[in-house]
Amino acid sequence: MQRWPLPRIRPGALAVWRRNILVWRKLLAPAILMNFGEPLIYLLGLGFGLGRFVGEMSGMSYLAFLSSGIIASSAMTTASFEGMYSVFTRMVPQKTYEAILATPLEIDDILAGEMLWCATKSLFSGMAILAVATVLGVVGSWQAVLVIPVVFLIGLCFAGPALIMSSLAYNYDFFNYYFVLIITPMYILCGVFYPIESLPAAVHGAVQLLPLTHAVILTRALVAGAELSHPLLHLAVLMLYAVVSYSIALVLVKKRLQV
Amino acid sequence: MTTSAQENVHSGKPVISARGLAKQFAHQAAVNGIDFDIYPGKCFGFVGPNGAGKTTTLRMTMGLTPPSGGVLSVFGLPVTGNGPAIRARVGIVPQADNLDPDFTIEENLYIYASYFGLARAQVAARIEGLLAFVSLTDRRMAKTGTLSGGMQRRLTIARALINDPELLVLDEPTTGLDPQARHAIWGRLSELKARGKTLLLTTHYMEEAERLCDELVIMDQGRILAQGSPRQLIEQHVEPEVIEVRGGEGAAFLQLAELSGCRMERMGSSMYCYSQGFAPLIETLKARHDLKYVHRPAGLEDVFLRLTGRELRD
Repeated sequence: MQRWPLPRIRPGALAVWRRNILVWRKLLAPAILMNFGEPLIYLLGLGFGLGRFVGEMSGMSYLAFLSSGIIASSAMTTASFEGMYSVFTRMVPQKTYEAILATPLEIDDILAGEMLWCATKSLFSGMAILAVATVLGVVGSWQAVLVIPVVFLIGLCFAGPALIMSSLAYNYDFFNYYFVLIITPMYILCGVFYPIESLPAAVHGAVQLLPLTHAVILTRALVAGAELSHPLLHLAVLMLYAVVSYSIALVLVKKRLQV
Repeated sequence: MTTSAQENVHSGKPVISARGLAKQFAHQAAVNGIDFDIYPGKCFGFVGPNGAGKTTTLRMTMGLTPPSGGVLSVFGLPVTGNGPAIRARVGIVPQADNLDPDFTIEENLYIYASYFGLARAQVAARIEGLLAFVSLTDRRMAKTGTLSGGMQRRLTIARALINDPELLVLDEPTTGLDPQARHAIWGRLSELKARGKTLLLTTHYMEEAERLCDELVIMDQGRILAQGSPRQLIEQHVEPEVIEVRGGEGAAFLQLAELSGCRMERMGSSMYCYSQGFAPLIETLKARHDLKYVHRPAGLEDVFLRLTGRELRD
Protein backbone atom coordinates (compact mmCIF):
# COMPACT_ATOMS: atom_id res chain seq x y z
CA MET A 1 0.00 0.00 0.00
CA GLN A 2 1.25 3.46 -0.92
CA ARG A 3 1.88 5.60 2.11
CA TRP A 4 1.01 8.89 0.39
CA PRO A 5 -1.48 7.95 -2.26
CA LEU A 6 -2.99 10.31 -4.79
CA PRO A 7 -6.75 10.79 -4.71
CA ARG A 8 -8.60 8.05 -6.57
CA ILE A 9 -12.19 8.65 -7.55
CA ARG A 10 -13.93 5.28 -7.70
CA PRO A 11 -17.66 4.53 -7.83
CA GLY A 12 -17.64 4.08 -4.05
CA ALA A 13 -16.82 7.78 -3.59
CA LEU A 14 -19.91 8.66 -5.59
CA ALA A 15 -22.06 6.44 -3.34
CA VAL A 16 -20.83 8.42 -0.33
CA TRP A 17 -21.45 11.70 -2.19
CA ARG A 18 -24.95 10.50 -3.08
CA ARG A 19 -25.74 9.58 0.54
CA ASN A 20 -24.85 13.11 1.58
CA ILE A 21 -26.89 14.81 -1.09
CA LEU A 22 -29.92 12.69 -0.15
CA VAL A 23 -29.62 13.83 3.46
CA TRP A 24 -29.13 17.43 2.31
CA ARG A 25 -32.32 17.19 0.24
CA LYS A 26 -34.25 16.32 3.40
CA LEU A 27 -33.01 19.45 5.16
CA LEU A 28 -33.41 21.74 2.20
CA ALA A 29 -35.02 24.79 3.83
CA PRO A 30 -32.29 25.54 6.41
CA ALA A 31 -29.64 24.66 3.80
CA ILE A 32 -30.99 27.19 1.31
CA LEU A 33 -31.34 29.81 4.01
CA MET A 34 -27.68 29.28 4.84
CA ASN A 35 -26.60 29.41 1.17
CA PHE A 36 -28.57 32.48 0.17
CA GLY A 37 -29.25 34.23 3.45
CA GLU A 38 -25.83 34.88 4.91
CA PRO A 39 -24.00 36.08 1.79
CA LEU A 40 -27.06 38.10 0.78
CA ILE A 41 -26.94 40.02 4.06
CA TYR A 42 -23.24 40.73 3.61
CA LEU A 43 -23.73 41.71 0.01
CA LEU A 44 -26.66 44.03 0.54
CA GLY A 45 -25.55 45.36 3.90
CA LEU A 46 -21.92 46.04 3.08
CA GLY A 47 -22.32 46.48 -0.67
CA PHE A 48 -24.95 49.19 -0.45
CA GLY A 49 -24.16 50.51 3.02
CA LEU A 50 -20.39 50.71 2.73
CA GLY A 51 -20.48 51.06 -1.07
CA ARG A 52 -22.10 54.46 -0.75
CA PHE A 53 -18.96 55.79 0.97
CA VAL A 54 -16.41 53.73 -0.92
CA GLY A 55 -17.69 54.35 -4.42
CA GLU A 56 -15.34 52.43 -6.69
CA MET A 57 -12.69 49.91 -5.76
CA SER A 58 -10.03 48.56 -8.16
CA GLY A 59 -11.88 50.22 -11.01
CA MET A 60 -15.28 48.61 -10.36
CA SER A 61 -18.34 49.33 -8.20
CA TYR A 62 -17.89 48.23 -4.60
CA LEU A 63 -20.86 45.89 -4.94
CA ALA A 64 -19.20 44.17 -7.92
CA PHE A 65 -15.88 44.02 -6.03
CA LEU A 66 -17.51 42.57 -2.92
CA SER A 67 -19.83 40.08 -4.59
CA SER A 68 -17.04 38.59 -6.69
CA GLY A 69 -14.93 38.20 -3.52
CA ILE A 70 -17.74 36.74 -1.44
CA ILE A 71 -18.30 34.00 -4.02
CA ALA A 72 -14.83 32.74 -3.10
CA SER A 73 -15.06 33.29 0.66
CA SER A 74 -18.44 31.65 0.92
CA ALA A 75 -17.15 28.62 -0.99
CA MET A 76 -14.40 28.51 1.64
CA THR A 77 -16.68 28.71 4.68
CA THR A 78 -19.24 26.28 3.22
CA ALA A 79 -16.63 23.59 2.53
CA SER A 80 -14.96 24.24 5.89
CA PHE A 81 -18.18 23.89 7.89
CA GLU A 82 -19.19 20.72 6.07
CA GLY A 83 -15.70 19.23 6.27
CA MET A 84 -15.54 19.84 10.00
CA TYR A 85 -18.89 19.73 11.81
CA SER A 86 -20.68 17.36 9.44
CA VAL A 87 -17.73 15.11 8.66
CA PHE A 88 -16.81 14.82 12.34
CA THR A 89 -20.43 13.93 13.15
CA ARG A 90 -20.38 11.14 10.59
CA MET A 91 -16.90 9.95 11.55
CA VAL A 92 -17.22 9.94 15.34
CA PRO A 93 -20.57 10.21 17.17
CA GLN A 94 -22.80 8.87 14.40
CA LYS A 95 -20.38 6.06 13.36
CA THR A 96 -21.51 6.39 9.75
CA TYR A 97 -17.99 5.65 8.53
CA GLU A 98 -17.86 2.48 10.60
CA ALA A 99 -21.04 1.33 8.86
CA ILE A 100 -19.68 2.23 5.43
CA LEU A 101 -16.35 0.50 6.09
CA ALA A 102 -18.23 -2.77 6.68
CA THR A 103 -18.93 -2.73 2.92
CA PRO A 104 -16.39 -2.99 0.08
CA LEU A 105 -15.71 0.76 0.40
CA GLU A 106 -12.44 1.97 1.89
CA ILE A 107 -11.37 5.11 3.71
CA ASP A 108 -10.04 6.50 0.39
CA ASP A 109 -13.54 6.29 -1.07
CA ILE A 110 -15.18 7.91 1.95
CA LEU A 111 -12.79 10.87 1.99
CA ALA A 112 -12.94 11.34 -1.78
CA GLY A 113 -16.76 11.29 -1.51
CA GLU A 114 -16.67 13.81 1.33
CA MET A 115 -14.33 16.12 -0.63
CA LEU A 116 -16.65 15.99 -3.64
CA TRP A 117 -19.65 16.65 -1.40
CA CYS A 118 -18.03 19.62 0.39
CA ALA A 119 -17.16 21.08 -3.02
CA THR A 120 -20.71 20.47 -4.22
CA LYS A 121 -22.05 22.47 -1.29
CA SER A 122 -19.56 25.23 -2.13
CA LEU A 123 -20.90 25.12 -5.65
CA PHE A 124 -24.48 25.59 -4.40
CA SER A 125 -23.51 28.61 -2.33
CA GLY A 126 -21.36 30.09 -5.11
CA MET A 127 -24.20 29.75 -7.60
CA ALA A 128 -26.65 31.34 -5.16
CA ILE A 129 -24.42 34.39 -4.83
CA LEU A 130 -23.80 34.52 -8.56
CA ALA A 131 -27.56 34.56 -9.07
CA VAL A 132 -27.99 37.40 -6.58
CA ALA A 133 -25.10 39.35 -8.14
CA THR A 134 -26.64 38.90 -11.58
CA VAL A 135 -29.97 40.27 -10.36
CA LEU A 136 -28.14 43.23 -8.82
CA GLY A 137 -26.56 43.86 -12.24
CA VAL A 138 -22.92 43.58 -11.19
CA VAL A 139 -21.92 40.53 -13.27
CA GLY A 140 -19.63 41.55 -16.11
CA SER A 141 -20.36 39.10 -18.91
CA TRP A 142 -21.24 35.53 -19.83
CA GLN A 143 -17.73 34.41 -18.99
CA ALA A 144 -18.95 34.53 -15.36
CA VAL A 145 -20.30 30.99 -15.83
CA LEU A 146 -16.67 29.84 -15.88
CA VAL A 147 -16.62 30.64 -12.19
CA ILE A 148 -18.76 27.54 -11.54
CA PRO A 149 -15.98 24.95 -11.97
CA VAL A 150 -13.59 27.33 -10.20
CA VAL A 151 -15.90 27.49 -7.17
CA PHE A 152 -15.95 23.67 -7.13
CA LEU A 153 -12.15 23.66 -7.07
CA ILE A 154 -12.16 26.26 -4.26
CA GLY A 155 -14.46 23.91 -2.35
CA LEU A 156 -12.03 20.99 -2.80
CA CYS A 157 -9.12 23.18 -1.73
CA PHE A 158 -10.77 24.06 1.60
CA ALA A 159 -12.47 20.68 2.15
CA GLY A 160 -9.11 18.92 2.49
CA PRO A 161 -7.79 21.02 5.40
CA ALA A 162 -11.21 20.72 7.08
CA LEU A 163 -10.97 16.91 6.83
CA ILE A 164 -7.55 17.11 8.45
CA MET A 165 -9.09 19.07 11.34
CA SER A 166 -11.87 16.49 11.68
CA SER A 167 -9.37 13.64 11.77
CA LEU A 168 -7.60 15.35 14.68
CA ALA A 169 -10.67 16.57 16.60
CA TYR A 170 -12.02 15.02 19.78
CA ASN A 171 -14.95 17.40 20.10
CA TYR A 172 -16.62 20.22 18.20
CA ASP A 173 -14.90 22.96 20.22
CA PHE A 174 -11.60 21.97 18.63
CA PHE A 175 -12.79 23.58 15.39
CA ASN A 176 -12.80 27.02 17.05
CA TYR A 177 -9.01 27.07 16.76
CA TYR A 178 -9.14 26.56 13.02
CA PHE A 179 -11.91 29.08 12.46
CA VAL A 180 -10.39 31.81 14.59
CA LEU A 181 -6.76 31.23 13.64
CA ILE A 182 -7.08 30.27 9.97
CA ILE A 183 -10.46 30.93 8.38
CA THR A 184 -11.26 34.35 9.88
CA PRO A 185 -7.80 35.86 9.11
CA MET A 186 -8.09 34.66 5.51
CA TYR A 187 -11.58 36.08 5.27
CA ILE A 188 -10.37 39.48 6.41
CA LEU A 189 -6.92 39.58 4.77
CA CYS A 190 -7.17 37.81 1.41
CA GLY A 191 -8.83 40.50 -0.67
CA VAL A 192 -12.53 39.81 -0.20
CA PHE A 193 -13.30 43.29 1.21
CA TYR A 194 -10.39 45.37 -0.14
CA PRO A 195 -7.43 44.86 -2.51
CA ILE A 196 -4.51 43.02 -0.93
CA GLU A 197 -2.19 45.69 -2.42
CA SER A 198 -3.33 48.02 0.37
CA LEU A 199 -1.82 45.71 3.02
CA PRO A 200 1.67 46.42 4.46
CA ALA A 201 4.37 44.86 2.25
CA ALA A 202 5.21 41.97 4.58
CA VAL A 203 1.56 40.98 5.03
CA HIS A 204 0.97 41.40 1.32
CA GLY A 205 3.73 38.88 0.66
CA ALA A 206 2.41 36.47 3.27
CA VAL A 207 -1.17 36.41 2.02
CA GLN A 208 0.09 35.26 -1.39
CA LEU A 209 0.72 31.90 0.24
CA LEU A 210 -2.89 31.55 1.36
CA PRO A 211 -5.34 29.78 -0.92
CA LEU A 212 -8.19 32.28 -0.49
CA THR A 213 -6.05 35.02 -2.08
CA HIS A 214 -5.78 32.97 -5.26
CA ALA A 215 -9.44 31.99 -5.11
CA VAL A 216 -10.51 35.64 -4.89
CA ILE A 217 -8.27 36.71 -7.79
CA LEU A 218 -9.91 34.06 -9.97
CA THR A 219 -13.53 34.75 -9.00
CA ARG A 220 -13.06 38.51 -9.29
CA ALA A 221 -11.63 38.19 -12.77
CA LEU A 222 -14.38 35.86 -13.95
CA VAL A 223 -17.38 37.53 -12.31
CA ALA A 224 -16.47 41.21 -12.28
CA GLY A 225 -14.09 41.24 -15.26
CA ALA A 226 -10.93 42.18 -13.35
CA GLU A 227 -7.59 41.72 -15.06
CA LEU A 228 -6.09 38.22 -14.76
CA SER A 229 -2.41 37.74 -15.51
CA HIS A 230 -1.56 34.19 -14.26
CA PRO A 231 -4.72 32.07 -14.31
CA LEU A 232 -2.82 28.76 -14.34
CA LEU A 233 -0.72 29.73 -11.36
CA HIS A 234 -3.81 30.48 -9.26
CA LEU A 235 -5.54 27.28 -10.35
CA ALA A 236 -2.39 25.29 -9.59
CA VAL A 237 -2.20 26.71 -6.04
CA LEU A 238 -5.79 25.66 -5.35
CA MET A 239 -5.19 22.19 -6.81
CA LEU A 240 -2.03 21.75 -4.82
CA TYR A 241 -3.83 22.59 -1.56
CA ALA A 242 -6.61 20.15 -2.45
CA VAL A 243 -4.33 17.22 -3.33
CA VAL A 244 -1.85 17.65 -0.49
CA SER A 245 -4.52 18.14 2.16
CA TYR A 246 -6.49 15.11 0.91
CA SER A 247 -3.38 12.94 1.17
CA ILE A 248 -2.62 14.13 4.70
CA ALA A 249 -6.24 13.65 5.77
CA LEU A 250 -6.18 10.12 4.35
CA VAL A 251 -3.17 9.12 6.42
CA LEU A 252 -4.65 10.69 9.57
CA VAL A 253 -8.12 9.16 9.19
CA LYS A 254 -6.59 5.73 8.53
CA LYS A 255 -4.55 6.11 11.67
CA ARG A 256 -7.68 7.01 13.59
CA LEU A 257 -10.09 4.39 12.24
CA GLN A 258 -7.94 1.38 11.36
CA VAL A 259 -7.27 0.24 14.92
CA MET B 1 -4.52 -28.41 22.33
CA THR B 2 -6.77 -30.72 20.38
CA THR B 3 -8.89 -28.78 17.98
CA SER B 4 -12.33 -30.00 17.19
CA ALA B 5 -11.54 -29.17 13.57
CA GLN B 6 -9.72 -32.49 13.64
CA GLU B 7 -12.40 -34.31 15.60
CA ASN B 8 -15.47 -33.08 13.75
CA VAL B 9 -16.34 -33.92 10.21
CA HIS B 10 -16.26 -30.75 8.16
CA SER B 11 -17.39 -30.27 4.64
CA GLY B 12 -15.40 -28.15 2.23
CA LYS B 13 -12.55 -25.74 2.73
CA PRO B 14 -12.62 -23.35 5.66
CA VAL B 15 -14.33 -20.00 5.08
CA ILE B 16 -11.83 -18.39 7.44
CA SER B 17 -8.47 -19.83 8.38
CA ALA B 18 -6.03 -18.26 10.84
CA ARG B 19 -2.57 -19.45 11.93
CA GLY B 20 -0.54 -17.60 14.52
CA LEU B 21 -2.77 -14.54 14.07
CA ALA B 22 -1.54 -11.64 16.21
CA LYS B 23 -2.31 -7.98 16.79
CA GLN B 24 0.03 -5.81 18.75
CA PHE B 25 -1.17 -2.39 19.89
CA ALA B 26 1.22 0.24 21.24
CA HIS B 27 1.17 -0.98 24.82
CA GLN B 28 -0.37 -4.44 24.71
CA ALA B 29 -0.89 -7.56 22.64
CA ALA B 30 -4.61 -7.63 21.82
CA VAL B 31 -4.38 -10.97 20.01
CA ASN B 32 -1.51 -13.25 20.81
CA GLY B 33 -0.99 -15.88 18.12
CA ILE B 34 -4.27 -17.74 17.64
CA ASP B 35 -5.23 -20.56 15.24
CA PHE B 36 -8.75 -21.36 14.08
CA ASP B 37 -10.71 -22.63 11.07
CA ILE B 38 -14.33 -21.75 10.38
CA TYR B 39 -16.20 -24.11 8.06
CA PRO B 40 -19.08 -23.29 5.72
CA GLY B 41 -22.62 -23.55 7.02
CA LYS B 42 -21.53 -23.59 10.66
CA CYS B 43 -21.99 -21.12 13.46
CA PHE B 44 -18.64 -20.36 15.05
CA GLY B 45 -18.40 -18.36 18.27
CA PHE B 46 -15.73 -16.30 19.98
CA VAL B 47 -16.48 -16.22 23.68
CA GLY B 48 -14.50 -14.32 26.25
CA PRO B 49 -14.52 -11.53 28.80
CA ASN B 50 -14.26 -7.87 27.74
CA GLY B 51 -10.80 -7.18 26.36
CA ALA B 52 -10.17 -10.81 25.37
CA GLY B 53 -9.41 -9.81 21.76
CA LYS B 54 -12.68 -10.95 20.15
CA THR B 55 -13.55 -7.73 18.34
CA THR B 56 -9.96 -7.19 17.22
CA THR B 57 -9.98 -10.70 15.74
CA LEU B 58 -13.20 -9.95 13.84
CA ARG B 59 -11.82 -6.66 12.55
CA MET B 60 -8.70 -8.39 11.28
CA THR B 61 -10.68 -11.07 9.45
CA MET B 62 -12.69 -8.36 7.67
CA GLY B 63 -9.60 -6.43 6.60
CA LEU B 64 -10.54 -3.47 8.81
CA THR B 65 -7.34 -3.51 10.82
CA PRO B 66 -4.06 -5.02 9.64
CA PRO B 67 -2.69 -8.02 11.60
CA SER B 68 0.77 -7.65 13.17
CA GLY B 69 1.60 -11.28 12.50
CA GLY B 70 0.40 -14.67 11.33
CA VAL B 71 -1.45 -15.97 8.29
CA LEU B 72 -5.09 -15.11 7.74
CA SER B 73 -7.30 -16.00 4.79
CA VAL B 74 -11.00 -15.58 4.12
CA PHE B 75 -12.73 -17.39 1.21
CA GLY B 76 -9.25 -18.63 0.36
CA LEU B 77 -7.97 -15.07 -0.19
CA PRO B 78 -5.23 -13.56 1.94
CA VAL B 79 -6.92 -10.74 3.87
CA THR B 80 -4.17 -8.20 3.25
CA GLY B 81 -5.02 -6.39 0.03
CA ASN B 82 -8.35 -8.20 -0.40
CA GLY B 83 -10.49 -6.41 2.18
CA PRO B 84 -13.01 -4.98 -0.33
CA ALA B 85 -13.33 -8.28 -2.23
CA ILE B 86 -13.91 -10.15 1.03
CA ARG B 87 -16.38 -7.63 2.47
CA ALA B 88 -18.40 -7.78 -0.76
CA ARG B 89 -19.29 -11.37 0.27
CA VAL B 90 -19.76 -10.74 4.00
CA GLY B 91 -22.48 -9.13 6.10
CA ILE B 92 -21.25 -7.35 9.23
CA VAL B 93 -23.38 -6.58 12.29
CA PRO B 94 -21.34 -4.23 14.50
CA GLN B 95 -21.32 -4.15 18.28
CA ALA B 96 -23.04 -0.75 18.48
CA ASP B 97 -25.83 0.10 16.06
CA ASN B 98 -24.68 2.60 13.45
CA LEU B 99 -27.82 2.99 11.37
CA ASP B 100 -28.13 6.23 9.44
CA PRO B 101 -30.36 8.48 11.59
CA ASP B 102 -31.21 10.79 8.70
CA PHE B 103 -32.98 8.05 6.77
CA THR B 104 -36.03 5.82 7.14
CA ILE B 105 -35.74 2.07 7.56
CA GLU B 106 -36.25 1.49 3.86
CA GLU B 107 -33.84 4.26 2.83
CA ASN B 108 -31.19 2.80 5.14
CA LEU B 109 -31.36 -0.44 3.18
CA TYR B 110 -31.27 1.24 -0.24
CA ILE B 111 -28.36 3.49 0.72
CA TYR B 112 -26.44 0.57 2.16
CA ALA B 113 -27.01 -1.40 -1.04
CA SER B 114 -25.44 1.47 -2.97
CA TYR B 115 -22.18 0.98 -1.05
CA PHE B 116 -22.07 -2.52 -2.57
CA GLY B 117 -22.68 -1.03 -6.00
CA LEU B 118 -26.20 -2.48 -6.03
CA ALA B 119 -28.75 -0.29 -7.80
CA ARG B 120 -32.30 0.30 -6.60
CA ALA B 121 -33.92 -2.01 -9.13
CA GLN B 122 -31.50 -4.83 -8.31
CA VAL B 123 -32.37 -4.87 -4.62
CA ALA B 124 -36.05 -3.83 -4.51
CA ALA B 125 -37.31 -7.42 -4.26
CA ARG B 126 -34.58 -8.41 -1.82
CA ILE B 127 -35.43 -5.47 0.45
CA GLU B 128 -39.08 -6.58 0.56
CA GLY B 129 -37.92 -10.01 1.64
CA LEU B 130 -35.53 -8.62 4.26
CA LEU B 131 -38.15 -6.30 5.76
CA ALA B 132 -40.51 -9.27 6.09
CA PHE B 133 -37.71 -11.45 7.52
CA VAL B 134 -37.05 -8.97 10.35
CA SER B 135 -40.77 -8.05 10.76
CA LEU B 136 -40.29 -4.38 9.90
CA THR B 137 -42.44 -4.16 6.78
CA ASP B 138 -45.06 -2.02 8.55
CA ARG B 139 -42.42 0.37 9.89
CA ARG B 140 -40.58 0.87 6.60
CA MET B 141 -41.18 4.62 6.53
CA ALA B 142 -40.13 5.15 10.17
CA LYS B 143 -36.95 7.03 11.01
CA THR B 144 -34.42 4.78 12.73
CA GLY B 145 -34.33 7.02 15.80
CA THR B 146 -37.92 6.07 16.64
CA LEU B 147 -37.17 2.32 16.78
CA SER B 148 -36.70 0.24 19.93
CA GLY B 149 -33.31 -1.37 20.57
CA GLY B 150 -34.59 -4.72 19.33
CA MET B 151 -35.96 -3.24 16.11
CA GLN B 152 -32.70 -1.38 15.46
CA ARG B 153 -30.78 -4.64 15.86
CA ARG B 154 -33.16 -6.43 13.50
CA LEU B 155 -32.73 -3.66 10.95
CA THR B 156 -28.96 -3.86 11.36
CA ILE B 157 -29.16 -7.60 10.62
CA ALA B 158 -31.35 -6.95 7.56
CA ARG B 159 -28.84 -4.33 6.43
CA ALA B 160 -25.99 -6.85 6.80
CA LEU B 161 -27.91 -9.22 4.49
CA ILE B 162 -28.38 -6.64 1.71
CA ASN B 163 -25.57 -8.15 -0.40
CA ASP B 164 -26.83 -11.73 0.14
CA PRO B 165 -23.59 -12.61 1.97
CA GLU B 166 -22.14 -16.09 2.34
CA LEU B 167 -20.80 -15.24 5.77
CA LEU B 168 -22.51 -13.18 8.46
CA VAL B 169 -20.26 -11.69 11.14
CA LEU B 170 -21.98 -10.51 14.34
CA ASP B 171 -20.18 -8.69 17.15
CA GLU B 172 -22.22 -9.19 20.34
CA PRO B 173 -25.54 -9.30 18.48
CA THR B 174 -27.82 -9.24 21.54
CA THR B 175 -25.94 -7.14 24.10
CA GLY B 176 -28.32 -4.74 25.81
CA LEU B 177 -31.54 -6.28 24.48
CA ASP B 178 -34.51 -7.47 26.53
CA PRO B 179 -35.30 -11.23 26.62
CA GLN B 180 -38.01 -11.05 23.94
CA ALA B 181 -35.74 -9.13 21.59
CA ARG B 182 -32.90 -11.60 22.19
CA HIS B 183 -35.11 -14.56 21.38
CA ALA B 184 -36.29 -12.77 18.23
CA ILE B 185 -32.66 -12.35 17.11
CA TRP B 186 -31.75 -15.94 17.99
CA GLY B 187 -34.69 -17.17 15.91
CA ARG B 188 -33.53 -15.17 12.89
CA LEU B 189 -29.94 -16.37 13.23
CA SER B 190 -31.00 -20.02 13.46
CA GLU B 191 -33.06 -19.55 10.32
CA LEU B 192 -30.11 -18.03 8.48
CA LYS B 193 -27.94 -20.98 9.47
CA ALA B 194 -30.64 -23.34 8.24
CA ARG B 195 -30.45 -21.52 4.89
CA GLY B 196 -26.77 -22.41 4.70
CA LYS B 197 -25.12 -19.14 5.75
CA THR B 198 -21.94 -19.35 7.78
CA LEU B 199 -22.20 -17.38 11.03
CA LEU B 200 -19.35 -15.95 13.05
CA LEU B 201 -20.27 -14.28 16.31
CA THR B 202 -18.75 -12.94 19.46
CA THR B 203 -20.64 -12.95 22.70
CA HIS B 204 -20.19 -12.98 26.42
CA TYR B 205 -23.55 -14.63 26.96
CA MET B 206 -22.96 -18.34 27.42
CA GLU B 207 -26.59 -19.12 26.81
CA GLU B 208 -26.31 -17.49 23.40
CA ALA B 209 -23.15 -19.39 22.51
CA GLU B 210 -24.67 -22.68 23.71
CA ARG B 211 -27.85 -22.15 21.67
CA LEU B 212 -26.33 -20.95 18.43
CA CYS B 213 -22.77 -22.19 18.05
CA ASP B 214 -21.70 -25.50 16.55
CA GLU B 215 -18.19 -24.74 17.58
CA LEU B 216 -16.62 -22.06 19.71
CA VAL B 217 -13.38 -20.85 21.16
CA ILE B 218 -13.01 -19.39 24.62
CA MET B 219 -10.58 -16.46 24.51
CA ASP B 220 -8.89 -14.54 27.26
CA GLN B 221 -6.09 -11.99 27.10
CA GLY B 222 -5.58 -12.53 23.39
CA ARG B 223 -5.22 -16.31 23.56
CA ILE B 224 -7.51 -19.25 22.86
CA LEU B 225 -8.02 -21.22 26.07
CA ALA B 226 -10.27 -23.96 24.70
CA GLN B 227 -12.01 -24.92 21.49
CA GLY B 228 -14.79 -27.33 20.60
CA SER B 229 -18.54 -27.78 20.45
CA PRO B 230 -20.44 -26.60 23.55
CA ARG B 231 -21.00 -30.23 24.55
CA GLN B 232 -17.33 -31.16 24.09
CA LEU B 233 -16.20 -28.19 26.14
CA ILE B 234 -18.53 -29.08 28.99
CA GLU B 235 -17.45 -32.71 28.95
CA GLN B 236 -13.77 -31.83 28.83
CA HIS B 237 -13.59 -29.07 31.39
CA VAL B 238 -16.23 -29.49 34.11
CA GLU B 239 -18.06 -32.17 36.04
CA PRO B 240 -21.57 -32.93 34.76
CA GLU B 241 -23.56 -31.50 37.69
CA VAL B 242 -23.48 -28.46 39.94
CA ILE B 243 -25.06 -27.53 43.22
CA GLU B 244 -25.07 -23.81 43.77
CA VAL B 245 -25.77 -22.15 47.09
CA ARG B 246 -26.35 -18.42 47.26
CA GLY B 247 -26.29 -15.92 50.04
CA GLY B 248 -24.76 -16.03 53.47
CA GLU B 249 -25.18 -19.76 54.09
CA GLY B 250 -21.86 -20.58 52.45
CA ALA B 251 -20.03 -21.72 55.56
CA ALA B 252 -22.67 -24.25 56.57
CA PHE B 253 -22.83 -25.54 52.99
CA LEU B 254 -19.06 -25.81 52.72
CA GLN B 255 -18.96 -28.36 55.57
CA LEU B 256 -21.65 -30.49 53.95
CA ALA B 257 -20.16 -30.25 50.49
CA GLU B 258 -16.65 -31.19 51.61
CA LEU B 259 -18.07 -34.39 53.04
CA SER B 260 -19.44 -35.28 49.60
CA GLY B 261 -15.98 -34.74 48.06
CA CYS B 262 -16.94 -32.37 45.23
CA ARG B 263 -14.79 -29.62 43.66
CA MET B 264 -15.64 -26.26 45.20
CA GLU B 265 -15.62 -22.85 43.54
CA ARG B 266 -16.62 -19.54 45.02
CA MET B 267 -17.79 -16.40 43.25
CA GLY B 268 -19.05 -13.40 45.14
CA SER B 269 -21.43 -14.73 47.76
CA SER B 270 -22.19 -17.94 45.81
CA MET B 271 -20.62 -21.37 46.35
CA TYR B 272 -20.49 -23.97 43.59
CA CYS B 273 -20.03 -27.67 44.18
CA TYR B 274 -19.11 -29.63 41.00
CA SER B 275 -19.50 -33.42 40.92
CA GLN B 276 -21.72 -36.26 39.77
CA GLY B 277 -24.29 -38.40 41.63
CA PHE B 278 -25.34 -35.90 44.24
CA ALA B 279 -28.12 -38.05 45.81
CA PRO B 280 -26.74 -38.25 49.38
CA LEU B 281 -25.83 -34.53 49.51
CA ILE B 282 -29.23 -33.53 48.16
CA GLU B 283 -30.99 -35.63 50.80
CA THR B 284 -29.03 -33.75 53.46
CA LEU B 285 -29.77 -30.39 51.85
CA LYS B 286 -33.50 -31.19 51.72
CA ALA B 287 -33.49 -31.68 55.45
CA ARG B 288 -31.70 -28.37 56.04
CA HIS B 289 -34.39 -25.71 55.66
CA ASP B 290 -31.86 -22.92 56.32
CA LEU B 291 -29.98 -23.61 53.02
CA LYS B 292 -31.38 -22.58 49.64
CA TYR B 293 -29.74 -24.40 46.76
CA VAL B 294 -29.98 -24.97 43.01
CA HIS B 295 -29.10 -28.33 41.49
CA ARG B 296 -28.50 -28.20 37.71
CA PRO B 297 -26.48 -29.79 34.92
CA ALA B 298 -23.16 -28.02 34.27
CA GLY B 299 -23.17 -25.62 31.32
CA LEU B 300 -20.90 -23.50 29.23
CA GLU B 301 -20.99 -20.77 31.86
CA ASP B 302 -19.25 -23.14 34.28
CA VAL B 303 -16.58 -23.92 31.66
CA PHE B 304 -16.13 -20.24 30.97
CA LEU B 305 -15.78 -19.30 34.62
CA ARG B 306 -13.40 -22.16 35.29
CA LEU B 307 -11.13 -21.22 32.40
CA THR B 308 -11.18 -17.44 32.64
CA GLY B 309 -11.31 -17.17 36.43
CA ARG B 310 -14.04 -15.71 38.54
CA GLU B 311 -12.69 -12.29 39.30
CA LEU B 312 -14.50 -9.25 37.96
CA ARG B 313 -13.34 -7.85 34.61
CA ASP B 314 -13.39 -4.28 33.46
